[in-house]
Amino acid sequence: MNSTLYSLIGLGAGVAFILALKGLSHPKTARRGNLIGAFGATVATLSVFLYVTPPRDGSPAHSLPLNNFWWIIGAILIGLIIGVPAARKVEMTQMPQLVALFNGVGGGAAALVAIVEYLNLGAEATTAEVIFTVFTVVVGCVSFSGSVITFMKLQELMTTRPVVFPGGRFVIAGTLAAVLGTSVWVVTALGTTPLLVLAALSLLFGVLFVLPVGGADVPIVISLLNAFTGLTVAASGYVLSSTLLIIAGTLVGASGTILTRLMAEAMGRSLFGTLFGAFTAKPQEASGSAEERPVRSGSADDVAILLNYARRVVIVPGFGLAVAQAQHTVRELADLMISKGIDVAYGIHPVAGRMPGHMNVLLAEANVPYDQLAEMDEVNPTFGQTDVAIVIGANDVVNPAAQTTPGCPIYGMPILEVNHAANIIFLKRSMRPGFAGIENELLYDPKTMLLFGDAKASLTKVVSALKAL
Amino acid sequence: MDAIAIISIFTLAVFVGFEVVSKVSSTLHTPLMSGANAIHGVILVGAIIVADHSETNLELGLSLAAIVLATINMVGGFVVTDRMLEMFKPKKNVNEKGGE
Repeated sequence: MNSTLYSLIGLGAGVAFILALKGLSHPKTARRGNLIGAFGATVATLSVFLYVTPPRDGSPAHSLPLNNFWWIIGAILIGLIIGVPAARKVEMTQMPQLVALFNGVGGGAAALVAIVEYLNLGAEATTAEVIFTVFTVVVGCVSFSGSVITFMKLQELMTTRPVVFPGGRFVIAGTLAAVLGTSVWVVTALGTTPLLVLAALSLLFGVLFVLPVGGADVPIVISLLNAFTGLTVAASGYVLSSTLLIIAGTLVGASGTILTRLMAEAMGRSLFGTLFGAFTAKPQEASGSAEERPVRSGSADDVAILLNYARRVVIVPGFGLAVAQAQHTVRELADLMISKGIDVAYGIHPVAGRMPGHMNVLLAEANVPYDQLAEMDEVNPTFGQTDVAIVIGANDVVNPAAQTTPGCPIYGMPILEVNHAANIIFLKRSMRPGFAGIENELLYDPKTMLLFGDAKASLTKVVSALKAL
Repeated sequence: MDAIAIISIFTLAVFVGFEVVSKVSSTLHTPLMSGANAIHGVILVGAIIVADHSETNLELGLSLAAIVLATINMVGGFVVTDRMLEMFKPKKNVNEKGGE
């Protein structure tokens, strides 16, 4: 294949990626968009096998096949054997952490590519190339280790609360200074050792950067690291003279930045506050007295009676619903109420679940009709006319502290105002606070009734009690 | 490559990236993030190129590791995005099943 055809295929793949992102922005075309992206990536990968990039010294390129051909094929097969089953088998509830992990390995791959090309070029590298290499290694490593930490937080392999230790901000600032210092060292001294030191420091910085981020802010960080990885791909495209990598990486970097901002807006957070909260955050102690206050708990029959005489019910599903795999049971309850002439809607918070839009995916999986899903702005004004709000496995997204308590970690986040409904039912496993680790005053409200237990078991009992009425 | 050409490509790609996702409903944020994530898996192309350039065992080892990671990112990313989007099937189907 000649270089013109190779470049044109790369251009075609770049166009496919633009169409993919465009398609993914609309529900009707989303799936097709993703397939176009996959097609573009496949064609681009195949084309690399048919064209050998000539060496920089101007000597002619070696003939096909590529050097190390079978090694390359073997490595791709290993990647397929690991990646495809992971993507196919993952539970939809655990999907956010898988996306985080996929993003991290992409960042790691970009860093490795930059390191190899640097080792290969040695003293021939231009200053610009070294600077781009340094950028790729730093950001790729941060993305890798940061994503691993977000994975561990979401998988609850470690605490979801912000990890803050005394003097933490000095350690973070010190590590950042060391990263910058080593970067200058690499650019001026040109050697393998400085580059490996830089990679190690960047991995450390990634860990320190994500540790202080609170559970509820993790999706924003995943999205930001995704944008970072995009930029590293663009930078390695510069070093490898690949237009395709520059286009694809920049597209992801730019769209990822916008997406990060949109998510932060949906959560009412400033991006800056989320990321640099670490520098000001203090370790928080949950107030012990709150645990002992009285709450009103009821039985499934009490809940059924309340629902039977309601005219309008809003269901607020949260991540707890998905963990209990209760999507199908909740749909059954909703169908039953509708058959009794009750007006039913689902109030979906933009960040219900673990990521924006995650809850819509989970409910779609349970075949909940799309027109029953109401977005926050739609449903909030109706809570005043709502007889019963059922909160299932959600907590932070209905916590009025977000509106009333300046200084609490979720202050300013828009919430579903279930506190305006005439009655509130919480289905909870325990009095344990939500993902953000904040006490919810609403649980102690006199018009709140709590139904303790596994969400699926509780809902099944409510359904049979309601049928009996 | 010519610096001006690169700056032009980069700048235009930034604007295209901003434009295509500026009006997305929050419903699609997760699939969009996942899809964009899969797209940067195209670093696989770069990993294959450096594997071809590799002259020492160290270089080859690192570039093969990069290929494994990039393949996981790209293929896994597209597959998981497709699984997510599969659930947003046409509404007719959903209603039929809903009425069973």
